Amino acid sequence: MGLNLIVLVKQVPDTQNVGGDAMKEDGTVNRAVLPAIFNPEDLHALEAALKVKDANPGSKVHVITMGPPSAVQVLKDSLYRGADFVALISDRKFAGADTLATSYALKCAIEKIGNYDIVFCGRQAIDGDTAQVGPQTAEKLGINQITNVSKIEEIDIKKREIQARRSIEGGYEIIKASFPILLTVTDEGYFPRPPSVIRIMTYKNASAEMTEAGYDESYIDSSIDRISETAINLWDINAISAEVENCGLAGSPTKVKKIESVILKSEDIKMVENTEDSITGMVHELISDHTLG
Amino acid sequence: MSSNNSVMVFIQQDDAKVADVSIELLSKARDLADQLKTSVSGVLIGSGIKGEAEKLIQYGVDEVFIIEDTRLGDYTPMPYTKIMVEIIKKMKPQIVLYGATTTGRDVGPRVASNLKVGLTADCTSLEIGDYSSKEVDYSNILYQIRPAFGGNIVATIVSPEKKPQMATVREGVMKVGTPDSKYKGKITNFEVALSDSDFPSVVIKKIKEEKLVDLKGAQVIVSGGVGVGSKENFGLILKLAHTLGGEVGASRAAVDAGFVSKEHQVGQTGTTVRPKLYIACGISGSIQHRAGMDESARIIAINTDHEAPIFQISNYGIVGDLNDVIPKFIKAFKAKG
Repeated sequence: MGLNLIVLVKQVPDTQNVGGDAMKEDGTVNRAVLPAIFNPEDLHALEAALKVKDANPGSKVHVITMGPPSAVQVLKDSLYRGADFVALISDRKFAGADTLATSYALKCAIEKIGNYDIVFCGRQAIDGDTAQVGPQTAEKLGINQITNVSKIEEIDIKKREIQARRSIEGGYEIIKASFPILLTVTDEGYFPRPPSVIRIMTYKNASAEMTEAGYDESYIDSSIDRISETAINLWDINAISAEVENCGLAGSPTKVKKIESVILKSEDIKMVENTEDSITGMVHELISDHTLG
Repeated sequence: MSSNNSVMVFIQQDDAKVADVSIELLSKARDLADQLKTSVSGVLIGSGIKGEAEKLIQYGVDEVFIIEDTRLGDYTPMPYTKIMVEIIKKMKPQIVLYGATTTGRDVGPRVASNLKVGLTADCTSLEIGDYSSKEVDYSNILYQIRPAFGGNIVATIVSPEKKPQMATVREGVMKVGTPDSKYKGKITNFEVALSDSDFPSVVIKKIKEEKLVDLKGAQVIVSGGVGVGSKENFGLILKLAHTLGGEVGASRAAVDAGFVSKEHQVGQTGTTVRPKLYIACGISGSIQHRAGMDESARIIAINTDHEAPIFQISNYGIVGDLNDVIPKFIKAFKAKG
């Protein structure tokens, strides 16, 4: 008796290793130079799901991502690490989605899989840092949630119950809840396993055909009625029965009014010579204006 | 004044004590409400909290709604969401603010998802202004201002079409207003029918972990970056911090390099600090780091690279090797008076 597990993942630009060319002259972000990576906390969420599967034989790990065709990279990576089923939700009509419209599309995809026990997501994605999509998806599904999970303490399949450790300010709490439940996972407790060599061999055709240059649509199984376990499933807006008015820009109440690049103030800096006298002078100034005491 | 169309704050309580961030938000809400010529309301959910509610009025709060139930003592998402959704539907506030804490970031998105309204995460500034879309001109809209893209940009977000406009706001960025003990506001019990099925989560226990590092409360912070070079060299940072009676901070890079533990991390993914004095040693000053410390009252930068961006936000700059500069600093301070 296994569990039906779903993991929501995202491909993100690597904002944590930003180089000097990350910003264009007009102050907008130059996405082209930022490498696309598996959102770090989503890898931890995947690992948490795989651990639950390891401990409960017969469980199945489904991974879903929403994004452009190039986002298949994170699905392939998920297959290499142990996912049983992967699906890409991709449609031009999803473009411009804020967290609300994104959670709606994910909810539709989760319901297409159906009969789930636990939905895992990373706590937040490094491109937006909002931590909103998980809770918003849970609300749309009408299910309970535990956010900021650093560790699953216990799973009782018979009682359909979970106990999880939730990180909060200045400590943590242990929460008990029933399935179905959505968890958002932090980077504290689940160090991602590396891709398996055997699994890379199994899915290496996918690998060869999904390189950036040679994205091959014929590989993707876009049939709506059949859920494929051997390929990367591509689901468009119709495949997940999503209503167009709730998707993309149309379904997004938030609008970006203005984007500014961060400008340094560079005002009255006092340069201090690296000499005992100058440094002593600075320390005296700081003491006399009560900055140091 | 009626709480209809008010600026509403979700008031967070922990162990029946109101969180600092909620006081900050009530103060900001007063500010916004004055500009909008409307009232400030607060929603306080918990158990045994009436006394706390009374303390809030003095921050210029016109009405505090309290929802008391012994089962609401600990925050859990489902009943709190249900209550917020009901009160928002009934009172129709134009703005709702939440602290960007683990609680606020847990409940806010669920409420937004339920009401299908916008929510901007982790705002660092809120303003009122006008907004024009292609078809419509809106006035008195909430500008929700936040760093994005790893702190490389600052985005102004609006959600003009639907009310309420909602945001979570980072702790420590809004200033607490001067309390006015004569301010007249009222406390109203708000009834929400809750059954046991509204409580699917149980908090079995809460564990406080002793804070070994108190960056938020520190007046002086001495921070080290990768420029420190090694874990051994980091001892010099500790020594300066100890001499000045300050706390030890670090950049993300220094933490990732294993020089010091994560609790010391200052910056966007670490702690946001605003001490009286921040001394950045061997920190180049990435945007992510600056986002967490650039509101310090005074900043000293010590770096071998005179072009390091950290100098541009500093009050004092010393170009030099920190292994050479810090001992002089310690000597000068010890020789004072």
